[in-house]
Amino acid sequence: MGAADSASTLRTKRSRAASRSLQDWIFDTIVYLLIGIITIVTLYPFLNVLAISFNDSVDTVRGGVTIYPRKFTLENYKQIFSYSSLLTGFKISVYRTLAGTVAGLVSGSMVAYTLARTDFQGRKFISTFLAITMYVSGGLIPGFILIKNLDMINTFAVYILPGLVSAFNIFVIRSFIDGLPFALQESAKIDGANDFTIYWRIILPLCKPALATVALFLAVGQWNSWFDTYLYNGSNDALTTLQYELMKVLQSTTTNANNMRGGNMTELMAQVSPDSVKMAITIVATVPILVVYPFLQKYFVKGMTLGAVKS
Amino acid sequence: MKAITLKNRTGSGLNHKPQRWKVFKNQKYLYLMSIPFVIWVFVFQYLPLWGWTMAFQNYKPGKSFFEQKWVGLEHFQMLFRDDHFYLVLRNTLAMSVMGLVAGFVFPVLFALLLNEVRVQAMKRFVQTVSYLPHFVSWVVAAGIVTKMLSTDGGAVNAVLMSLNLIDEPIQFMSKGHLFWGLVTVADVWKETGWNAIIYLAAISGIGPELYEAARVDGASRLKQIWHITLPGIRSTIIVLLIMSIGHLVGIGFEKQFLLGNHMVKDYSEVLDLYALNYGLSMGRYSFGTAINIFNSMISLILLFVANGMFKKFANESIM
Repeated sequence: MGAADSASTLRTKRSRAASRSLQDWIFDTIVYLLIGIITIVTLYPFLNVLAISFNDSVDTVRGGVTIYPRKFTLENYKQIFSYSSLLTGFKISVYRTLAGTVAGLVSGSMVAYTLARTDFQGRKFISTFLAITMYVSGGLIPGFILIKNLDMINTFAVYILPGLVSAFNIFVIRSFIDGLPFALQESAKIDGANDFTIYWRIILPLCKPALATVALFLAVGQWNSWFDTYLYNGSNDALTTLQYELMKVLQSTTTNANNMRGGNMTELMAQVSPDSVKMAITIVATVPILVVYPFLQKYFVKGMTLGAVKS
Repeated sequence: MKAITLKNRTGSGLNHKPQRWKVFKNQKYLYLMSIPFVIWVFVFQYLPLWGWTMAFQNYKPGKSFFEQKWVGLEHFQMLFRDDHFYLVLRNTLAMSVMGLVAGFVFPVLFALLLNEVRVQAMKRFVQTVSYLPHFVSWVVAAGIVTKMLSTDGGAVNAVLMSLNLIDEPIQFMSKGHLFWGLVTVADVWKETGWNAIIYLAAISGIGPELYEAARVDGASRLKQIWHITLPGIRSTIIVLLIMSIGHLVGIGFEKQFLLGNHMVKDYSEVLDLYALNYGLSMGRYSFGTAINIFNSMISLILLFVANGMFKKFANESIM
């Protein structure tokens, strides 16, 4: 009886295993099919833009360029680097990205360190004070009036100063410092180091993963922002950013040279610049970020997870 | 019990006043490192809240606070009498809710799907690719979306035509009733991969022995997802859902600004754009501020609702 029983279970097990492998095969096929579609939908637009940017602009008008240039040329890139407003925009964007990232890192890590010190008296108050800003904001117009009253319209400072202290970034760094062994600080204290020295010499070097995450957030935010330019510095050709110039060029197609926005120079450029040139500007505005982020992936994945858990 | 500890605390506080001062002196570097930034935050984040007083005045730039003319709730009355306001409110709520649902469902589905990819190299590649749109600006993203949806050679129209689903290209960008869906799809395209990060992290925390046991019991992969993976990330899903309810109205206006045009205006204008176009651009600062306050109030109410829900679910507060 025992033998017969085990034989029959073995048989059902076998047939079950067979049907399961068929099921697995169907399941896997569907999974890989969907993943493939998602990858194409995500990637194709970028490859398309890239191909068009390297394609002869007259040839592009014929349509049908997909993921490789049909008539390869560097002319579009040569052309956009001859526009002075784009060159200035590129420069200002680089400056604001560098300045904003460094300033944000220093200030954010400093505050984060004080908040990670459990013995710090002001800890609770400052934490709450910062956390509130994550949920309540004055809004567009009170913010605008403040900047106006501070005489910051038409200045470079308006890109850096208002957003310098970000509660979210501070909490990301703090939760990382919380995970460091406290003994390190204790021993430094015994050696007579003051709190600033501990922060600068011991904590900062250990925080590199968190700092890399926050640096990426800051740099991406700075490089990609255009609305502050639109709001505060749109009329000042010497201070406009690349994203703002790109916005003007791209928008002028959809709204047919909407005369509300921008100066004559860009409008003229938009009218004469064909699709290929527009795509070349898009690539220039995108590439700096895209070459950086894959290398920081393991840091920001961790940083995001930590930040979300804490806040 | 509570009263006693409270009493003890105040008592010890009084006794240790000199000691507090000593601690303060000891921690002077910590104060020096944080107080300047607290003042900073006060100036740039809290002073605009003081600017809300503008909504109750006829604010004129250049005059001091005491010279402004106070008008009470006049601007709010004007706002609530404006028919256009209700149109804008409808657009804001519609796109917020659509964004909330799509922004919640798709990242979970994507994380579940990606978790089923057994080839590690492929999984990593797809994940890296999926972050890509998150890192480009909305200016670039809107340009790409416009290009893909264009009537002359846009990929979407080309695919739909070749599948014989449509006879002639659809003018996506100029159809008002398509705008809400368009913004939602653009958002899903841009942020799904990024928002899946946390779910993927939560999934990787589920013990492999659970799957092992399920496999021995003969559970199919679909059943494993349903009975192990989903319950495993249930609390993460709830937390993130509640958090996104708290941020519901803070959808921003970048997408609407960049993807919208005058042909779809009745569907694309949201509260912030309304404040921009009918307040700031026309110099009606007080009216615009009233719109901003209304917007902030709705977000705050939703935040408290979300926080209350969170407490109920997790016995824990977000704030």
